[in-house]
Amino acid sequence: MSTDYMLWVDDVSVSFDGFKALTNLTLALAPGELRCVIGPNGAGKTTMMDVITGKTRPDSGDVYMHGSSVVLTHLSEPEIAEHGIGRKFQRPTVFENLTVFQNLELALKAKKTAFRSLFSRLSSEGRDRIDAALGTIGLRERAEAPAGLLAHGQKQWLEIGMLLVQDPKVLLVDEPVAGMTHREMDRTAELLISLAGERTVVVVEHDMDFVRGIARNGKVTVLHEGRVLAEGTMDAVQNDPKVIEVYLGQEAGEAKRTSLGPSAETTGAPC
Amino acid sequence: MVSRLREIALTLHSPRRWLGLGVAMLAVLALPALNRFTPAGSALHVADHLVPLGGKFLCYALVAMAMDLVWGFTGVLSLGHAVFFALGGYAMGMYLMRSIGTAGVYRSELPDFMVFLDWKELPWYWHGFQHFGFAAAMVFLVPGLLAYVFGFFAFRSRIRGVYFSIITQALTYALMLLMFRNDTGFGGNNGLTDFKTLLGHPLAEQGTKQALYVVSAIALLLSYLLCRFVVTSKLGRVLLALRDAESRVMFCGYSPFHYKLFVWTLSAMLCGLAGALYVPQVGIINPSELQPSASIEIAIWCAVGGRGTLIGGILGALLVNGWKSWLTAAYPDLWLYFLGVLFVSVTLFLPNGILGALSWRKRSAVLALAEAREAEDKHEPSQPLPRQA
Ligand SMILES: Nc1ncnc2c1ncn2[C@@H]1O[C@H](COP(=O)(O)OP(=O)(O)OP(=O)(O)O)[C@@H](O)[C@H]1O
Ligand SMILES: [Mg+2]
Repeated sequence: MSTDYMLWVDDVSVSFDGFKALTNLTLALAPGELRCVIGPNGAGKTTMMDVITGKTRPDSGDVYMHGSSVVLTHLSEPEIAEHGIGRKFQRPTVFENLTVFQNLELALKAKKTAFRSLFSRLSSEGRDRIDAALGTIGLRERAEAPAGLLAHGQKQWLEIGMLLVQDPKVLLVDEPVAGMTHREMDRTAELLISLAGERTVVVVEHDMDFVRGIARNGKVTVLHEGRVLAEGTMDAVQNDPKVIEVYLGQEAGEAKRTSLGPSAETTGAPC
Repeated sequence: MVSRLREIALTLHSPRRWLGLGVAMLAVLALPALNRFTPAGSALHVADHLVPLGGKFLCYALVAMAMDLVWGFTGVLSLGHAVFFALGGYAMGMYLMRSIGTAGVYRSELPDFMVFLDWKELPWYWHGFQHFGFAAAMVFLVPGLLAYVFGFFAFRSRIRGVYFSIITQALTYALMLLMFRNDTGFGGNNGLTDFKTLLGHPLAEQGTKQALYVVSAIALLLSYLLCRFVVTSKLGRVLLALRDAESRVMFCGYSPFHYKLFVWTLSAMLCGLAGALYVPQVGIINPSELQPSASIEIAIWCAVGGRGTLIGGILGALLVNGWKSWLTAAYPDLWLYFLGVLFVSVTLFLPNGILGALSWRKRSAVLALAEAREAEDKHEPSQPLPRQA
């Protein structure tokens, strides 16, 4: 394994009551890479993020960060976050009883001990960073509104804003555009592309047009039943017979939204 | 220095709220003032027995506020908060027992119940309690230490929700059984009682009772300001976030363990203070304070007044105990039914308690929140989105 990776998921297996959610999953992310991960429902995409962020302990295998000096799988969730891994959840989770501004304040990169939180006050520099994030996610007018009152798409944005101010080295983004309008999706795509380069970004998404839009010539990983089924450019994986088979099998079922073919035309999701 | 204090004061409350707080404090202090400064026949006169009763209510209010800190703000429902209250009470009771000196029934240096048990010397853990300062420190340290140790293991093992509530009930039950035993050395069934003086002042004197009331009011005010400082800090916002979405908080880089342990221990120490002020005003501390139902009542006060507001707990404690005093005098058998009905109806009809219902602005926000949730459920993303043209 080359040493210039940012995040390295090494031979990770996870099972839930005998059911293998991940089997010998290996994934290496280069610094500044934007990696899309796709796969049918239940492929293990969210579980992979759970392992990286410490929510789920793998049965075997480890996750390393930056030159194997840090083994993430030995750390607790807050410690992993402190090492620079930020996450956006599949179901948007914001702090509903706090205002948009306060949500961002909590996420803001800072010393996060109880003592500091009790006595420290928001610096003007921190305020500026929150304000900048509010601008980026287009929620400046709603800064004082309780986050629980936001529309679904806005909550997604707020969560992305929380990632921005947390300033992580690696961003794990699980289904960022679910519930977004077409225009919001375009803005999200732009934002994610602009974030990569400085940071490493992993995007899990079912919307193939969206994935094609952000993956460009970068690598796409296809997960299936807890294993890497294929890895390569979007065009390459799309023409991979194994991938086509998996998705065609799906197509026969209900999950139309995972359809790979170019026939799927983007219509704005109702919001 | 002055400007810094001013700044802190304004983060705690707006000037209007400060004014309201001052008025409320004056109203609270009016009770002993009217007792002391008006003649017995006057229409304004407050009867003597109402002073220690009111003081007792203030102690309950302090407990309810401490409970709100962990339940209302942090989402940790403790059904064992009476433990910390009782421990503070026992610490003060031990001081009061030692103050009796040789004036007891048996004219012994030992507390009467020890003479009765034929004990020859004071158990080691009774030493030091003849000093007020030592006892006062124990009022905070004993509940604080127990809370810290208990919380350390419970929060480290990530015990939450109902499981946490159940083990706190077990805690209070276990301590009650322990205190019921004579050989534990705290007076068993009868507890500690027959106190004579506090810092040299006879407890039977009305002046002492008035002073205790005023001290309780001041303790409540200062504790309120301390709690306000906590909940208006960033730490307070982390607590709310923990209550609403604990795992999200962890992925933001906060360790819930330290935050919970901090408020839990702080809350326990405030309960200890309340217990210590309670005991000289009621004149007794015994294991009945540790009954599981005592802790449940504390939770009901909070629920009735309104959680997550600090003031709600205070209000709930005063109201429910007011009703209790009246009902148990008028219809002694009905109180428990009343409490049950009260709890059920508050849960069903006033989920945010009286304060929540009173504040229209808040209610409309809650309604809007519910609407937003409903709207969100309609396009829950777990459902495949319509993607086909
Ligand atoms: N905590 C758990 N307990 C039991 N089974 C689980 C748990 N978490 C995930 N699974 C199972 O593991 C498999 C992988 O789930 P995962 O959520 O990772 O899939 P996914 O690729 O994110 O799917 P989706 O596209 O629907 O989000 C699924 O079959 C799921 O039911
Ligand atoms: Mg998923």
